[in-house]
Amino acid sequence: MSQYGVILFFTTSSAIQSEKMLLKESFAVKLIPVPRELSSDCGIALRFDWDDMERVTLVLVEAKVETDSVHRLP
Amino acid sequence: MIYMDNAATSWPKPPEVLRAMTEVLERAGGNPGRSGHRLSIEAARVIYDVREEVAQFFHAADPLRVVFTANVTHALNTALLGFLDSGDHVVVSSMEHNAVMRPLRYLEQQGVFLSIVPCAPDGSISLQDVAEAMTVKTRLVVIVHASNVIGTILPVAEIAAIAHSAGALILVDAAQTAGAIPIDVQAMGIDLLAFTGHKALQGPPGIGGLVIGAGVDVARLHPLMRGGTGSQSELEVQPEYMPDKYESGTPNIVGIAGLGAGIRWLKHRGVDAIRDHEKMLTNALIDGLSVIPGVKLYGIGDSGRSMPVVSIAVSGKRVSEVGQRLDDEFDILCRVGLHCAPSAHKTIGTFPEGTVRFAPGALTTLDEVQQTIKAVERITRS
Ligand SMILES: Cc1ncc(COP(=O)(O)O)c(C=O)c1O
Repeated sequence: MSQYGVILFFTTSSAIQSEKMLLKESFAVKLIPVPRELSSDCGIALRFDWDDMERVTLVLVEAKVETDSVHRLP
Repeated sequence: MIYMDNAATSWPKPPEVLRAMTEVLERAGGNPGRSGHRLSIEAARVIYDVREEVAQFFHAADPLRVVFTANVTHALNTALLGFLDSGDHVVVSSMEHNAVMRPLRYLEQQGVFLSIVPCAPDGSISLQDVAEAMTVKTRLVVIVHASNVIGTILPVAEIAAIAHSAGALILVDAAQTAGAIPIDVQAMGIDLLAFTGHKALQGPPGIGGLVIGAGVDVARLHPLMRGGTGSQSELEVQPEYMPDKYESGTPNIVGIAGLGAGIRWLKHRGVDAIRDHEKMLTNALIDGLSVIPGVKLYGIGDSGRSMPVVSIAVSGKRVSEVGQRLDDEFDILCRVGLHCAPSAHKTIGTFPEGTVRFAPGALTTLDEVQQTIKAVERITRS
């Protein structure tokens, strides 16, 4: 398993919003094209360090950002 | 040249707006949210940042409920056609622009009922008349924040309270006010705020928006258009998520960047400072024009209760002649006629001739206003 996880969103706006929030909190995140094995979507996903999984999801839940799903990259 | 037509569109634009528009194409030219590469993501970031700017500027709680449209006409159509069903009742003022009246007259043919609350000839509205127009079937009150013909500001917060106590929502056409006077959608109780970017917000034409409040159930607000959003591409049905539900098709990123720069310019200058400047210009216009024999002034005559929009008629002269002479002989640009608002002109008593409208803006000087007054005086004498 890789060190990264990804979060998928329903809209690009939520992905950008999350990136902005998480960068402000100094998380190492990066927007990437949605991995094809996870979704047929043409949009973007947020990659993060799997070690931060709980803290990252907590930030997004507290900010009421809607997320689709969270995955660990293979 | 003296530009006195800022109610139609503001000009000149701040240089920062022009710069932001070229810069976004150079730096962030991808298709936002569609492709996932660096330029695409950068484009999506630019758009999100302006969404946040707009939300903050109008004190809206959720940036994802800021929907970008082509202009206020598009935003108003989205709200009216998306929200109203046959059998619904709508209350509207008699000062509305055709951007409101034409969709409503169309909806009337589809079975929507309209009540038009008559305003006074100075453009003011009686709150009691609004309250009396409400019925159990009223779902929406539509109100122009300020008239584009005579500038009169309507008491939106009070009208919102009347709408809410009757169980209806309020849609505000802020074409003339957004960027020119402070708007707080939460404090004022505005459920749906429609704005255009190319007037006092200092942006380019082709960008506007609809700010959707928490009290609006978006499940009951159908989109005007459906199509690609870059999200949920596996589905052939329109996504319900905000703001994608209402934003099909590649957005106007150049316009959005220009709008963002316009808002930042306004914040830097201060909306209150610009408002004070425009009030000073309006007072000078009113004072100067009202003493010219043969000139009739329309409106409330009080710069504190109106926008910088001053309409006149010159006795014995067609408005078109006055407009053309101002342009040809004095290099002064204004707008004459009905200003896309026949209902407003009927209310103030100037239908079908219309008026000569002067609209100074944030960058207009007192000297330009004084030259305009002198030019009108010369025209009345010959
Ligand atoms: C009150 C009002 N509503 C609507 C509009 C239409 O604006 P736009 O052409 O940007 O959609 C205007 C300006 O033309 C206006 O002044």
